Amino acid sequence: MKRTVPLIIAIVAGFVLLIANFIPYAESWGLTAQEWFNILAVGAMILGGGNLVKLHLMKVSGRRKGWGYSAVTISCFVATIVIGMLKMGVHPSELYPNYAWSGYYLESGSGLWWIYQHMIVPLTSMMFAMLAFYVATAAFRAFRAKNIEATLLLVTAGVVLLGRTYAGVWLFEGWLPESMMWLRFDNLTVWIMDIPNTAGTRAITIGIALGVVATSLRILLGVDRSYLGQD
Amino acid sequence: MRIPTSFLALFATLAFASVVTAQAPAPPTNLVLADTPDDAGNAVNLSWLLSPNDVFNTLLSDSQESDPSIVVASYEIARRVVEAKEEISPEDSQWQVVSEQAPGEVTWTDRSVKLGWIYSYRIHAVDTKGNVSTWDQAKTTIEPIRQMFNMSKAWLAIFMLLFGGFVAYFINHARTGKKLWVRKIAGLEAIDEAVGRATEMGRPILFVAGIQDINEIQTLAGLTVLSRVAKTAAEYGAQIEVPTCRSLVMAAARETVEAAYLAAGAPDAYQPDRIHYLTDEQFAFVAGVTGYMVREEPAACIYMGGFYAESLILAETGNHIGAIQVAGTAMPSQLPFFVASCDYTLIGEEFFAASAYLSGDPLQIGSLKGQDYGKFMSVLILVAGIFFAILLSFTQSEEGFAADSLNYIKNNMLGSEGLGSFGGGDTDIEGDDS
Repeated sequence: MKRTVPLIIAIVAGFVLLIANFIPYAESWGLTAQEWFNILAVGAMILGGGNLVKLHLMKVSGRRKGWGYSAVTISCFVATIVIGMLKMGVHPSELYPNYAWSGYYLESGSGLWWIYQHMIVPLTSMMFAMLAFYVATAAFRAFRAKNIEATLLLVTAGVVLLGRTYAGVWLFEGWLPESMMWLRFDNLTVWIMDIPNTAGTRAITIGIALGVVATSLRILLGVDRSYLGQD
Repeated sequence: MRIPTSFLALFATLAFASVVTAQAPAPPTNLVLADTPDDAGNAVNLSWLLSPNDVFNTLLSDSQESDPSIVVASYEIARRVVEAKEEISPEDSQWQVVSEQAPGEVTWTDRSVKLGWIYSYRIHAVDTKGNVSTWDQAKTTIEPIRQMFNMSKAWLAIFMLLFGGFVAYFINHARTGKKLWVRKIAGLEAIDEAVGRATEMGRPILFVAGIQDINEIQTLAGLTVLSRVAKTAAEYGAQIEVPTCRSLVMAAARETVEAAYLAAGAPDAYQPDRIHYLTDEQFAFVAGVTGYMVREEPAACIYMGGFYAESLILAETGNHIGAIQVAGTAMPSQLPFFVASCDYTLIGEEFFAASAYLSGDPLQIGSLKGQDYGKFMSVLILVAGIFFAILLSFTQSEEGFAADSLNYIKNNMLGSEGLGSFGGGDTDIEGDDS
């Protein structure tokens, strides 16, 4: 029973969404299914938040390694919830001026807005900016000419890299005959990106599309149930 | 001499009218209404010809008929209900402005109409000074119609049925007990190796099922791999850590891992707290996971699911701590990063084949065989398209069988024109990126 009911729900929801894609009359069914999912996801947020607090509280109470970070996490979690729920710094809405909490919770200048703009956004940007360094280290490893394939990758990457800068034009200025202009790095870059790169990407995309359909069919037909906890 | 008052009034009216007429923009023309095709009867298409005072009107803006000092700023579209099967409010039966369109726009779809109601529309231009033109009313009324089947997706439905037929046939074929061959997937073979290594080193295994929610197929595919990883970990006595980016994924992952431990005969070793929720925020999740990686140094890191920009941060951190890494995703833009940083990568369809491959279940492997036939069908269409395109480049003619065939493949079979008719539409000999 624990497996059968979720399986039936998955199959019915899957077929509803499939039919909604082809039958205009059933379009609203798909939207309704999506709304149900959103409601479930909101309910699950309580589950996730509760789990987060529980784990960190256990870490703090047990004084386990790194418990200080857990204390900071819990403090920030509670502070954000209190500031957001009490709508600190939010002015009443113009429609309902007599109700203190009628304003928009992310109103410019409010407490939650401040947390978002001055803490979450910079921290997120910082993590994203680190990507530049990771790209450099990954590229260094990937482009080492260990064999023919890696050498080919290195040469192609070099051409595309230079072709996307002014050097791609500048290196060939003045000496390359007009009939050989296709050899200029900027022109080679366009060819590499348009022909081999596009062909490879499309081959992968077609494989992915077929894989998605096959996996969906396995789930819809109840052949694959491992996601429900059954191998 | 005394001028009669009536004469003065007439003169003033004429003078005022001439000023108003001179300042008002010319109206748009030829407002045409049409039912939106392939919908549930809740939309109507409108099209019109631009006002001569519209700067985007390339045909008329330079003509001497239009005054260059008058520039159309917007078009206002008004609607009223002519007839309805149910009682309508007084507002609906009056003209109401329902949309404002920018200059240069010549079409609009009204998606707020109701099935069974009959509507009338009119449009006028408003210039930059706020002067309005006269209304141009559509010559006909319109009743939105519901279509039973979305014909623009007819070919998609045919492909789906064919592909589904292949998969169903081979699943049924597998039921008869005939053995089907599947090539080895190195990345999946490496999972046992990774778990074994973690056991030997006495370190945990990190499994990340992407950052998408449970309603995404990639997350489901990731959970099926988790099932196998957890079972192997339970058999070996290794610990598995599963941080999640979505609460529902956490709940599903717990069920999956618990069942895997039960199947491995080690239900007591299952620790639910090791499958935990971190945050929905993409980079905060990355910070949490990479922090764990640096502190605990897991021996194996397995990434299976939908990833975005965080893929490289995770994989490079895993590489930095010397973990054996296996990744699988269907995000083409993230695949190069995983290939560069991980020991093994499941590329696209390999990732979706993982659950069938790992299960060893003949029924699931049968579906992989069906998938191969689907691929064969795609290759046939591709070859046909390439053949006709080459033929067309030799003939340089926009007419004929080759042009019609290429057109049909592009616009109908792979486009959104449905079954349509063979031989219609334009052919782009130069080719484009579609």
